[in-house]
Parts: sequence; C-alpha cells; structure tokens
Amino acid sequence: MARTRFLQGLDELRARLLRMGGLAEQAVDRACQAYIERDLTRCRMVLDGETQINLTEREIDEMAFDLLAMQQPMAVDLRFILAVTKINADLERVGDQAVNIAERVMDMVDLPKADLPVDIPRMAAAVSAMVRRALESFIEGKAELAQAVLEMDNVVDRMKDEAFIVLVKSMNDHPETTRQALDALLVARNLERVADHATNIAEDVIFWVRGADVRHNVAPEQPEHQEVTDPH
Amino acid sequence: MGVGIQVDKLNAWFGKTQALYDINMTVAANHATAVIGPSGCGKSTFVRCLNRMHETVPEARATGRVRIGEMDVYNGTSAVQIRRRIGMVFQKANPFPTMSIYDNVAAGLTLNGFHDRKRLDEIVERSLALSALWDEVKDTMRKKSGASLSGGQQQRLCIARAIAVEPQVLLMDEPCSALDPISTGKIEELIFQLKEKFTIVIVTHNMQQASRVAEFTGFFLLGKLIEFDKTEKIFTTPSDKRTEDYITGRFG
Repeated sequence: MARTRFLQGLDELRARLLRMGGLAEQAVDRACQAYIERDLTRCRMVLDGETQINLTEREIDEMAFDLLAMQQPMAVDLRFILAVTKINADLERVGDQAVNIAERVMDMVDLPKADLPVDIPRMAAAVSAMVRRALESFIEGKAELAQAVLEMDNVVDRMKDEAFIVLVKSMNDHPETTRQALDALLVARNLERVADHATNIAEDVIFWVRGADVRHNVAPEQPEHQEVTDPH
Repeated sequence: MGVGIQVDKLNAWFGKTQALYDINMTVAANHATAVIGPSGCGKSTFVRCLNRMHETVPEARATGRVRIGEMDVYNGTSAVQIRRRIGMVFQKANPFPTMSIYDNVAAGLTLNGFHDRKRLDEIVERSLALSALWDEVKDTMRKKSGASLSGGQQQRLCIARAIAVEPQVLLMDEPCSALDPISTGKIEELIFQLKEKFTIVIVTHNMQQASRVAEFTGFFLLGKLIEFDKTEKIFTTPSDKRTEDYITGRFG
C-alpha cells in the first residue's frame, strides 16, 4: 500500500513551502537592508515581490486542501499538512511586515537623516536569524532547532521594548526628528511581529515533529510524541 | 448494558502456526473499540477468540484469559452461553434466506424455545428500531425474505438479529466492507447509538471508519498488539513508529 502519489504530493507541498519561505525571508532581508542603506530600489523590490508571495500562499493552500480532501492523511502526515497551512499563513504575514518596513523606509528617505539612539540593524539581524532558523527547523524536521527559535523571541521582545523607551524619549528631547523616530519605532514593531511569526513557525514545526502543542506556554496534555527522524 | 472485556496473555494457533502472541487488552464497557492492522495480522482471529469462534476451525486453539464482565470465557463457561452474551456481525451479511425478515430477527429467541408471540413482536420491533430498519420493513417484514433486502439493509438485519437476544457485547468483523458509502454511514451511525446498550468491538480495514466510530483503537501487526490507546491519539500522534507507518500508508 505504498502511497506513492500521496508521498509525492507531500514532497511537492514541502518544496513549495520552502520556496515561500525563501521569498518571505528575502523580503525581510531586503526591507532591513533598505532601512539600513535608505535604499529605494530595494523597497520597490519588496513591494513588487509581495504579489508572488500572495500567489504562492494561495497555491500552497490549494495543494494542502486537495491533499486533505483526496488522501485523508493521518498522524505525522496530517500534522505536517496542518503545520504547512499555518506556516504558510505566517510567511505571508512576514511578507506583509516586510512591505510595511519598506513603506516606512520610503517615508524616511524624504526626511533628513537623524541620528537615533536605536540599533535597528542589530534587531533586524536577530529577526532575520529567527526566520532563517525557523525555516531550517522545518527543512530538517528538527524540534530542537525550532525550540531555539522560541528562546530567541524573548531577546527580540526586549529589543523592541528598549527601542520604544529610547525612541519616545528621543521624540521628547528632539521634537524636530519625531517623524524619523516614529518611522524607526514602527519598523521596530514590524520586526518584532516578524519575530512572532517566526515563533509561530517554530511552534508549528514542533507540533509536526513531536505532536506537541507548545503554543501560549501551555503544558501539553499528553507526553510528547517520539521524535521523527525522517518525517518524509 | 454492555460489560467490559479483559484480555490477558491471549495466544492463538492454527495448527502449529501461532496467530496471536500474548495479547493484553482492556475493552471499556459501552464504548466502541476498533481493531486495525494489515491483512493477516490476527485482528479477526482476536475477535473470534472473544466468543470462542476461533476454536470452531479444525486444529485451532487458544490459551490465556478472556473475561467478559464476570464471565470467564475459557474457564467454566460453555461456548453456547458465551455466544448468548456476545453477538457477532460478519463481513458479508448472512440473513437466513428462507426466513422472513421477522423470523430472521426472532430466530435467536425461537431457536432457544422462546415462543411468547406478543413478547416476540415487541423484541423484533425494538431490535429493528435499534438497527434503524424498522421504518423500512415494518409493513413487509412478515412476508418478505431477509434475502430480498439490499446489502446495507441485510447487514442492519443481521445487527437486529444479533441484538434481539440482548447480548452485552457486539463483535463486528468488517461489517461495512461490502457496503456503499450511504449504507456504511447508516451502520456507523448505528454503532454510535448501539454503544449506549452494548460494548462494541469492530474489526475494520477502513481507518477513517475506525476514527469515526471508535473511542479506542488497537493496532495489530504479525499477531501482536503493537499499540492500544484512545483513537484520537492513535490517528494523530501514535507512540509506535510501526503504527505510524501503517496508518500513514508507508507499509501494509
């Protein structure tokens, strides 16, 4: 009863999600680089890339829907497809956040450059690393990699909180750069949201691999499922 | 009401070939328990050991302990007594072809010398109603033969016949494998309702069916019970790799 067509379908779904992951990761990296270099070309690349991300999201959902309807997957396969649909939605939202950042940059470049007391590049590097690690955990099917992403989220949360404090102070102290500070604050918030999506992706990978629901820090009701060394 | 089943160290053989190895299982009363596994894994042999049908095969034997409620199946109880307490429905519907629908349902009682006509009428009506067949046959049940019904109706008739003698346990060996999806849906709905009165053990090749009707599921492989757990656990996060490989179609 080797389900060749079904297994091929799962492989295709996986490959398509990896492509989606690549697009979303690229969008975030481009948006962050655009912020650092005040680069309008990269901003436009992010905006142009959104259509492809949206199309890919729909294709993946359609493939997952077909597999669920036609193949009635069970156990690890069912968890995999559910995880893919959720990761897919998170990646699309990552793309949206990249667009938001690009739009902030486009607003910023019209303003005089301000020396703000916030290290957005450092935060961007941490967030990009989270997205990359979350996608790696999916590629490898490794829950430990995904677990590491969850721990990184706290660091990014702290960075965003610190950015808020120093940028609000900057607005008070230097009202002439309020718009620039506000743009930086919004970029910090967008990055923090990207980190949240990376966290969601990592949680979905853990669900797929271990069958454990680790969302919202609620202890799983049942003991964790044995690790799947080669899920597919 | 249904009763629980306790199986301890059950082994079964066909001649020198061992078909079951040290099976231990606790079947909860008034629940449906599904038995799944690839062909030849011993799942039918297992249920046939529960009502001692296994020993009707020449050179077949079983050892171990099976308790149906307080009754010890392999110690001090006759096969006839056991089969009065345990009804069975088979893969292929097998109504008595020369009997009317009514007589089919009443057969278990009349063969045991029960002839109170009024009481029989009540039992036949109740059994057919419980089997979701009453409305379809109430006007013709005394004239029409059981064999005149459709496949799905015949299977429900067999269920009515099995429950007319008020068993405590109902064993079902692939009861829907020859039925279309509509008839299958009716039987599955029936299983859901029959759980209130009986303990049900169902052998099925259809894993979706097991997940729809059973609260507990046991996975058999090569005569061994590999995993037994709540159905939702078996079909979402099984503990054993062999269970996962089977239910995801990677072997079998």
